[in-house]
Amino acid sequence: MALADGKSIIEISGIALEMDVRGNGKPLLFLHPEIGMDRAGPALDALAKGAKVIAPTHPAYGKPEVPLSFNTIDDIAYLYLDLLEAHDLRDVNVVGLGIGGWIAAEMAVKSTQRMAKMVLVDAFGVKHGDREARDIYDMWFVTDADLQKVFYLDQELASRDTSKLPDDELYAIARAREASSRFGWRPYMHNPKLKGRLHRIKIPSLVLWGAEDKIAAPAYGKAYAAALPNASFATIDKSGHFPHVEQPREFARRTLTFIEGKN
Amino acid sequence: MRVFHFTEQPYAPAWKDHGGALRITIPNSRLDPKLAADLLHRYYDEWQLADELGLDIMCNEHHSTATCMASTVVVTLSVLARITKKARLLVLGYPLAHRPDPLRAAEELSTIDVISRGRLNMGFVKGVPSEFTPSNANPVHVEERFWESLDFIIKAMTTHDGPFNWESENFQYRQVNIWPRPYQQPHPPVWSTTGSKHNAQRLGERGYTMATLGTGYATKPLYEAYREAYRGKFHREPPPDRFGYLGLMAVGETEAEARRRGELVADYLRTLPFTPAPFRNPPGYISIDANVQLMKAAGRPPNRSFTKDGRAINMMTGSVQDLIDAGIMFCGTPDQVYDQITGFAESCGGMGNLLSMSHAGFMDHDDTVANLSLFAKEVLPRLKEYRQPNEAAAAAE
Repeated sequence: MALADGKSIIEISGIALEMDVRGNGKPLLFLHPEIGMDRAGPALDALAKGAKVIAPTHPAYGKPEVPLSFNTIDDIAYLYLDLLEAHDLRDVNVVGLGIGGWIAAEMAVKSTQRMAKMVLVDAFGVKHGDREARDIYDMWFVTDADLQKVFYLDQELASRDTSKLPDDELYAIARAREASSRFGWRPYMHNPKLKGRLHRIKIPSLVLWGAEDKIAAPAYGKAYAAALPNASFATIDKSGHFPHVEQPREFARRTLTFIEGKN
Repeated sequence: MRVFHFTEQPYAPAWKDHGGALRITIPNSRLDPKLAADLLHRYYDEWQLADELGLDIMCNEHHSTATCMASTVVVTLSVLARITKKARLLVLGYPLAHRPDPLRAAEELSTIDVISRGRLNMGFVKGVPSEFTPSNANPVHVEERFWESLDFIIKAMTTHDGPFNWESENFQYRQVNIWPRPYQQPHPPVWSTTGSKHNAQRLGERGYTMATLGTGYATKPLYEAYREAYRGKFHREPPPDRFGYLGLMAVGETEAEARRRGELVADYLRTLPFTPAPFRNPPGYISIDANVQLMKAAGRPPNRSFTKDGRAINMMTGSVQDLIDAGIMFCGTPDQVYDQITGFAESCGGMGNLLSMSHAGFMDHDDTVANLSLFAKEVLPRLKEYRQPNEAAAAAE
């Protein structure tokens, strides 16, 4: 069954998913980061120029109700593997950002059967440092206003007056904050088991990082790439934790170049 | 009416020059353990005095804070169970949502009930928002974990025919069989707190005792929500002892003396702003809708304290007179305090348990002793005689 273009709500394994499908070409599963899906931003359209972008809003980040017991990144990873199977998607390039990168890695350690390549962008999911090292900035140790300043290099992007935003954006922000905690409060934004399983991901992978990421430093990304059997590491200049927001065209160009390349 | 003497066991010496943070991030180098020992011994002495004066006792716990040195209330209860004789021992509350192990909670509380020969009131709370950072318990779905923990504890305390099984997503036990079982049968009374009608209904359906804090003259709608749910389940009026109210207490031989003590006790409320902003609203603790409303109001939560005639009071900055007007503090001569308390009880249709914060902040031992003694001598006997507005109705059932 083919996925309909445009926005829709589909059901996979009993879970309702908000979908956004656009563009033509090989399927590209876009897994949004912890701030939710930015449909209006230019990144998705830029990717859609070279691929068929399949962009689900992760459960609990969207409007549909989610069962209480659906509360781990594993739950999402299995759900998206079910999505690929239900729609018979093959040779899928999986692109995951932040918490979405963690989902991508958890999918790939389980099965890469339907995957072509993987791109992890400023991705969470593993623990590199010792027990007293904080690998990933504690996003709930600061106010929301201060967190925006840590997210972005461009401080213009960091300033937002929530009292002036429309309701649907406020709901998306509130849902994203709660959902990220639901899946990533403890252990904080990682699965202690994941690093030891990364050796199973043999597909070509690119670990792409905002050169100025202050949530997870480029060194974290470099160590991620080193733990993958077939990965390269690259940074995107003039970007903090969200290259798809700060450098959307460069992010899309580097992603598509990697996907199309003969690695 | 029963009256419970409450102090948060504060470490007030650190309340000066704290730089804006009294909770979560304040380094514990600001605490001198020798001074802390002196203070804690003093607070236990004052609870012992309360016991001798015919008062009951309330204690609680908080984490990473100079406002409350009881970081595990089981220690407080254990000491009190042994050194007091008659007082009911109310914990309000035991923060269930921070605790990964409700079996441990059931064992601790049963043992304390036995040592105290059946004087424990088990007040359970979810835990305050800021303390999800130190406990690292996930603030999402805290409500569900709270109620499941409570169900588990009651089942553990009331199962007497050997081990039972409990395997849920949150908690897994295969052979639950607690020793000792509680002294009170079927289990010590359950209390909880609320600030919402929804939760008040939930407590009413179960017949648990419900207490509120700082709700002043906005208390009645919460009590009414409880009463309606209680009537729906039990087909009678809830007795007044199902309601508790936490008020600050300052009594004096003269009004001037009472006001001076009132200023000292009010310092408890004045520490409330010194929770660093990031920890006040952890993700998932309040609903998505409430968070959207908060963002629209640019982070300023709505006022929830009101005087009898509907004037909004900010309890963190209000004067002693404001706090008296809002029913947040009872302050004055014994006659004035008696009138304030009974007037408040009338305003919410009956209230059988006064949780009396008779010590806070920098109030010294002599003032605390005088505050407790005068209250016990001049106010308590009259409150014991006091006939609740709904007592006749409850008795007629």
